[in-house]
Amino acid sequence: MYKYNEFDAAFLAERNAQFRSQVERRIDGSLTEDEFRPLRLMNGVYLQLHAYMLRVAIPYGTLSSDQMRQLALLAEKWDKGYGHFTTRQNIQYNWPKLPDIPDMLDALGEVGLHAIQTSGNTIRNVTADHFAGAAKDELIDPRPVAELLRQWSTDHPEFQFMPRKFKIAITGSPNDRAVTKAHDIGLRAVEKNGEIGFEVIVGGGLGRTPMIGKVINEFVSKEDLLPYLEAIVSVWNIEGRRDNKYKARIKITVHEQGLDTFREKVEARYAVIRDQFGGFDQKLLADIEQHFLPPAFRNAETTAYTVAYDNDPVFRAWADTNLTEHKQADHAIVTISIKEHGKTPGDASADQMRLMAHLADNYAYGELRISHEQNVILPHVHKSDLPALHKALKEAGLGTANIGLASDIIACPGMDYCALATARSIPIAQQIATRVEELKIEHEVGELKIKISGCINACGHHHVGHIGILGLDRAGVENYQVTLGGDHTENAVVGERAGPGFSYDQIVPAIERLMLAYLELRTSAEERFIDAYRRVGPAPFKAALYPEAEEKANAA
Amino acid sequence: MARKFTPKVVTANHLLEGDVIYLTADDRWTRLMCEAELIEDEAHAQVRLLHAQAQPEITVGAYLADAVAGENGPEPTHFREDFRRTGPSNYFHGKQAANAEV
Repeated sequence: MYKYNEFDAAFLAERNAQFRSQVERRIDGSLTEDEFRPLRLMNGVYLQLHAYMLRVAIPYGTLSSDQMRQLALLAEKWDKGYGHFTTRQNIQYNWPKLPDIPDMLDALGEVGLHAIQTSGNTIRNVTADHFAGAAKDELIDPRPVAELLRQWSTDHPEFQFMPRKFKIAITGSPNDRAVTKAHDIGLRAVEKNGEIGFEVIVGGGLGRTPMIGKVINEFVSKEDLLPYLEAIVSVWNIEGRRDNKYKARIKITVHEQGLDTFREKVEARYAVIRDQFGGFDQKLLADIEQHFLPPAFRNAETTAYTVAYDNDPVFRAWADTNLTEHKQADHAIVTISIKEHGKTPGDASADQMRLMAHLADNYAYGELRISHEQNVILPHVHKSDLPALHKALKEAGLGTANIGLASDIIACPGMDYCALATARSIPIAQQIATRVEELKIEHEVGELKIKISGCINACGHHHVGHIGILGLDRAGVENYQVTLGGDHTENAVVGERAGPGFSYDQIVPAIERLMLAYLELRTSAEERFIDAYRRVGPAPFKAALYPEAEEKANAA
Repeated sequence: MARKFTPKVVTANHLLEGDVIYLTADDRWTRLMCEAELIEDEAHAQVRLLHAQAQPEITVGAYLADAVAGENGPEPTHFREDFRRTGPSNYFHGKQAANAEV
């Protein structure tokens, strides 16, 4: 875990003091809202539908137990007792009052957390594989590079007023859990001639113009990575369109200019700036790497795990869905579902946060992770501790065995909170989860990624869901469009729109019909929803979605 | 022919609390939409909006929202305004909770 040095702490304290003074000046009338707005946004403060919202970055999704406890404190002291984990590894507080926010930021600073650049046209929180440092399939832990990028991008003078926001994701594994192809820049660790470097993907993104990122460079060495990224952002900062915010993201720049032309410009810029990076960044990276050494994994028998697995069906169901292979054979990666059926995806109460911090101390070397899929991860748990851990989680409503299943839904806050939203997302997710639990079908259905966005900006990643749901306002009524066949992994695909949208009352039954249709047409339990979709195409799924159209066609 | 003016209320978020407020006919700010002034005249609506925008120590983002006369005062015509006057649907928070306490 990265620990702030004196410079980091002093920088953050200074920045928080500045914001405190800005808030005071807004309240006493010396600053207008137009003057204040960009200042508050630089510090993660939005004004939403019912209240202010504070978005706190969880850099590359990594939290210590002390940090998690502090997040709980904020929820309890200045909010309504809970926080909302987002699809970009942030946590959002939905109810802070403006005069309290400087105190909240100071409290975050005490544990090395901040809300800087969680909004605005800047480089946002760098996100990473939530299994980083633990995954068996990993080439390297990507978090030291992610931390380097955080330090480089924070308050970077050239990149404070860019054409639009800019998002970077990084993974150290070939199995992409960080959605790198849907980011402005995606980084994937690759090996070439025994050396580990990064494949650099550029121009991916969702929103109103979804695009899968393109490989701009197949291999950039670790030494060259920072200047290469600076060259990319620098070229886009000049060339990105400022005349139209809907065409300002780098995906449009790359699309309009063509990848080869854009690459030439990046190479030219790189040639100019490369020598400015005289190796200091590599010294810094070497220092940062020392912060991310793996814990001293303990050795013990795993019999307790085997016994529980063989004898306790509830534990077994949880182990089958919520555990992932760890690089140490006697450890496991535990994903804690914060999506109990019927609850708000991504919300955790202060009590739950404190319990997870406590369990991290007891069983997971004090470390936690937040996933873009809005769950919490204990990255390193010895297998012998799993039965006791599961028991504690179950008692707190955190033992739901649904990771990767139909009720493990990504949902943006939607119109229940967000000022940009055009329809609600959360209640749709709650109702789908409740329904699959009533039908008891999600374990039979198996892996299924349902992702819901409450507007075209696609915070809920609906384009890359196996089933995507997009909530819109159609003539003053909530309407939900369905997309099918999306994929968020290394084989990223933007889903296809299935047809006309559904009303608020009809969308959940429509999703149920999709699941039942899939069960009918799959060749075996091993064929996942997405595999079946790829094999048979959209027609049978559309027939399930629109049975009346089907009947008409048959009658004709 | 100009489009017929639909009735409006002046609404904003409160600077300190961030919650939804409405302008009343007697120049107060209320948390209850039903107490808001229902404005039927377009020119008057613009004057009232300017009046709201001239109070930056209280309001953020004042605008005119469509409304209709209801039994107990103005009511929203669009679901977004209905959420703003109520609160979120996943928790009993926001105005619905505040109003229950009264």
